[in-house]
Amino acid sequence: MTLIASSIGKKLAMALSGLFLVVFLTQHFVINMTSVFSESLFNEISHFMGNNALVQMILQPILIFGVLFHFTMGFVLELQNSKSRSIKYKSYKGSANAPWVSRNMIVSGIVILLFLGLHFYDFWFPEMNYKYVEVMPLNPDRYFEEMIHKFESPVRVGIYVFSFLFLALHLYHGFASSFQSMGLNNKYSKAIKSITAAFAIVVPVGFAVIALFHHLTAF
Amino acid sequence: MALDSKIPKGPLADKWTKHKSNINLVSPANKRLIDVIVVGTGLAGASASATLAELGYNVKTFCFQDSPRRAHSIAAQGGINAAKNYQGDGDSTHRLFYDTIKGGDYRSREANVHRLAEVSTNIIDQCVAQGVPFARDYGGLLDNRSFGGVLVSRTFYAKGQTGQQLLLGAYSAMNRQIGRGKIKMYNRHEMMDLVVVEGKARGIIARNLVNGKLERHSAHAVVIASGGYGNVFFLSTNAMGSNVSAAWKIHKKGAYFANPCFTQIHPTCIPVSGEHQSKLTLMSESLRNDGRIWVPKNLEDVKAIREGKLKPTEIAEENRDYYLERRYPAFGNLVPRDVASRAAKERCDEGYGVNKTGEAVYLDFAASIQRYGKEQAHVKGLDENDAALVKKLGQEVIRAKYGNLFQMYEKIVDQNPYETPMMIYPAVHYTMGGVWVDYNLMTSIPGCYAIGEANFSDHGANRLGASALMQGLADGYFVLPYTIGDYLADDIRTGKIDTNLPEFETAEAAVKAQLDAFVSNNGTHTVDYYHKKLGKIMWVKCGMSRNTKGLNEAISEIKALREDFYKNVKVPGTTSEFNPELAKAARVADFLELGELFAKDALERNESCGGHFREESQTPEGEALRDDKNFTFVSAWEYKGEPAKAQLHKEQLNYEEIEVKTRSYK
Amino acid sequence: MMNLTLKVWRQANADAKGKMETYQMKEVSPDMSFLEMMDVLNEQLIEKGIDPVAFDHDCREGICGMCSMFINGEAHGPDRLVTTCQLHMRKFKDGDTITIEPFRAKAFPVIKDLTVDRSSFDRIQQAGGFVSVNTSGNTQDANAIPIDKHDADKAFDAAACIGCGACVATCKNASAMLFVSAKVSQYALLPQGKVEATDRVLNMVHQMDMEGFGNCTNTGACEVECPKGISLENIARMNREYLYASLKG
Repeated sequence: MTLIASSIGKKLAMALSGLFLVVFLTQHFVINMTSVFSESLFNEISHFMGNNALVQMILQPILIFGVLFHFTMGFVLELQNSKSRSIKYKSYKGSANAPWVSRNMIVSGIVILLFLGLHFYDFWFPEMNYKYVEVMPLNPDRYFEEMIHKFESPVRVGIYVFSFLFLALHLYHGFASSFQSMGLNNKYSKAIKSITAAFAIVVPVGFAVIALFHHLTAF
Repeated sequence: MALDSKIPKGPLADKWTKHKSNINLVSPANKRLIDVIVVGTGLAGASASATLAELGYNVKTFCFQDSPRRAHSIAAQGGINAAKNYQGDGDSTHRLFYDTIKGGDYRSREANVHRLAEVSTNIIDQCVAQGVPFARDYGGLLDNRSFGGVLVSRTFYAKGQTGQQLLLGAYSAMNRQIGRGKIKMYNRHEMMDLVVVEGKARGIIARNLVNGKLERHSAHAVVIASGGYGNVFFLSTNAMGSNVSAAWKIHKKGAYFANPCFTQIHPTCIPVSGEHQSKLTLMSESLRNDGRIWVPKNLEDVKAIREGKLKPTEIAEENRDYYLERRYPAFGNLVPRDVASRAAKERCDEGYGVNKTGEAVYLDFAASIQRYGKEQAHVKGLDENDAALVKKLGQEVIRAKYGNLFQMYEKIVDQNPYETPMMIYPAVHYTMGGVWVDYNLMTSIPGCYAIGEANFSDHGANRLGASALMQGLADGYFVLPYTIGDYLADDIRTGKIDTNLPEFETAEAAVKAQLDAFVSNNGTHTVDYYHKKLGKIMWVKCGMSRNTKGLNEAISEIKALREDFYKNVKVPGTTSEFNPELAKAARVADFLELGELFAKDALERNESCGGHFREESQTPEGEALRDDKNFTFVSAWEYKGEPAKAQLHKEQLNYEEIEVKTRSYK
Repeated sequence: MMNLTLKVWRQANADAKGKMETYQMKEVSPDMSFLEMMDVLNEQLIEKGIDPVAFDHDCREGICGMCSMFINGEAHGPDRLVTTCQLHMRKFKDGDTITIEPFRAKAFPVIKDLTVDRSSFDRIQQAGGFVSVNTSGNTQDANAIPIDKHDADKAFDAAACIGCGACVATCKNASAMLFVSAKVSQYALLPQGKVEATDRVLNMVHQMDMEGFGNCTNTGACEVECPKGISLENIARMNREYLYASLKG
């Protein structure tokens, strides 16, 4: 247990939970992408994900735990870090030696957290309500419709796109950084940096494109 | 008191081994009952502290810096000598011994130097075992390079940071003992005085520099490892805090001070740029392998250069004076440090200095760049007549060899030494003189030891490159820890020394009185004002070239300056706070006394040897002339109330193994 | 010659509340080092009867690691790969305002003005920054264990750390990971250090955490501001060593 109590252990926990979320994000991205090409495929997968016992009873709680853990740990570390310099500098030129993204993970993280709130409000809560509170009849073809409906509002789409920008920033530093935290920094690091940077751009842009696509084609 | 160097009898090569097996030891159980104080944490102090603690003594170590790791040994660049003969080039203990004696111009003690050469190999083993990252070759074995004044490659190195790596090794050994509780470390503490009880060193008065409190610390023996006194010149390659105080305080309590005038002036340092200058930076001796030293032949060219109308690169070959090559055709630019320094001064005194202040000569790499460039072009099958290409290739070779030094030069001087010659000038670097010690490294106060640069050491009148690190670690790791047992064996029943003894009280009161006087003086001039004035007198009159008239003037000027200092120095703040100016004042007060003894010693030694050049003692060609008949001795000065009254004791030097010869580099 | 405005952190002692004071400096030569400029300031302050600015410094050639100023928002000022003592005034322009603060971190409490207490670094090293070998005079021969030149060079690069604390001062989290990892790396790369590698990394990291340094968030600022160019690779190596050691127990 000393591992998780130590600074390096906490960093490792951040890295591993972050990587786990990256895997989830990839999966989420792939499913969403199907909505652009095929309404039926999207519905089929959504129905599977929403009603498969393994996904709902095992993977979903793990995911929620992963999200909560990553956020909580992030806040704990931030709090500790701000205590490690109680008197601040009058003049601190952070931009001289480190990019904005890496210095402001807490900012991009909070934006993503707020977005998650909205996202849950939009999709997860209605879904839970549908399935487990009101227990309405199964309908394998409803998902696409519901989703399109959400993207009618330009305000919501705007908020989504804005949040994806911050997701990109968060991933840009976080994804590559997780390898360093796990102790990986060698001749492959350059390749890792390029791949993670590509991921950090492609996935959030993809999400934004999907949102915009449905907003624009809904009429 | 008569001088007894306590050199063991018997053949030179057996002395140390025999001595080690004959001296008294302290049993492990009894070592726990014995306290030892070590002042200073450079190579000598750190290695001694660690080793004494490993043996079981209770060690208290003091340094004025914020961490023991910052002692100025850290700045040594070149390397450390050891007679390992890994290169198979004929090196041996005897050869290292011989080179050191000869390099010291026959003014060091044979038995000490031989011991130094003997233990040199142990140092390398010890440091490697500690994890010191020495340079290695592609086979994974240790690499060596060659240094000035010798014919073999015996210098071990870690890039240009050998001192740093060795010091961090000794510091790590200390850390282990601090962690075990065997060393109690006192950072930011300055030794203010030695406490002598019944004729024996029994403790020190230290000042906590953070809160200004005076503290009494007792011990059964006190080891001074506080380094050299080059800062008496104000400008030197020493650190700003390097000082003579610990050594001087024990001198005033009865330890003899030996050969104070033996100072090493290093020929290749970056020249003074203006009045604001606070210290000088060394450029490694290795540069003289590829750089040619010159000044213009014509005074008109010098004038034009100083006015900025002419660039050094515009002066034609025939109008340059490569004075070292001219005067010393056999050794050329690679003459020993003392010779190179004096030759530069001679040219500058004649008005040929090439910077604003007239105190700089050129160190020019253009010829080497050409030579290497042509070589490279030839090897690569390129056009050897393409000037631009040759220059580029040549610069690459130079960059690979000296890149970090060239970068450092450019940072400080803001000129590109690949394009224009470097400007260099000699600067004070090391002091061979120091506290007189016997073969056991004990000073003339029983129980008080001096090690490393602080003692008068094994370097005679001139130290060879890469030997300072060797001596510091030899003293600390392998000599003192044995020899101190001989003395401490009598102290196993003494018990803790009481810090309430009247001797502690008196010593503390005297320190307090001095410090109080400084802060309440209400003078007009800062401490640095006096330090700079002292430095100027020392540099002009006790520097690279000394004569009777100048030395006599120096003695009276320093005395007058010291009197003025006590009357008119202004020290801000109080004694009970972090007050760097007050610490500085106490150090400069000691320099003001040492400086006078320095001049007195230089006056007394009317011969030229090593770094000490008396104008009265030179050959018709202006070369140093030793006087072995009258001066083959160590001058050991006894304090008698003030520097002027110091009494000279002579320790005759006997050379049994080595034939004393004249050094010639023609 | 330049005229400058200096804004300097003044704090009488560890317990006092400090504040920025403004001083005018006239006729500063561009050839001065930053600390020589501070010397001149102090001479002037003493003459005016004002307490001089206390700052740490010693070797003034960039190797002892004692100087420690945070200049215009950067550790050791705007130049790269230099300590404050090797920073020269030609890096500034006539009329500039220069802000000078101490290295700030909870683990580096201010002693006075610009002087801070970095003994936390010493304590970390005392926890395990060494090879446990006594000085016996009959240690095995230095060439008994050949070491891959590549590893030896990397160990040297890590060992070049001067312990100045610029990494801590620069890091937005005041993390000491670069410093600690440099020492851990040096020994981890050498066969002499491998024997105690497990305990060393566990103990040193434990001590580092106890001292109140922040956590590493991989911003890389430390590497940029380090006067000796110590690489982030060392932090990764320490993470690796630490994980391995923790799992090994």
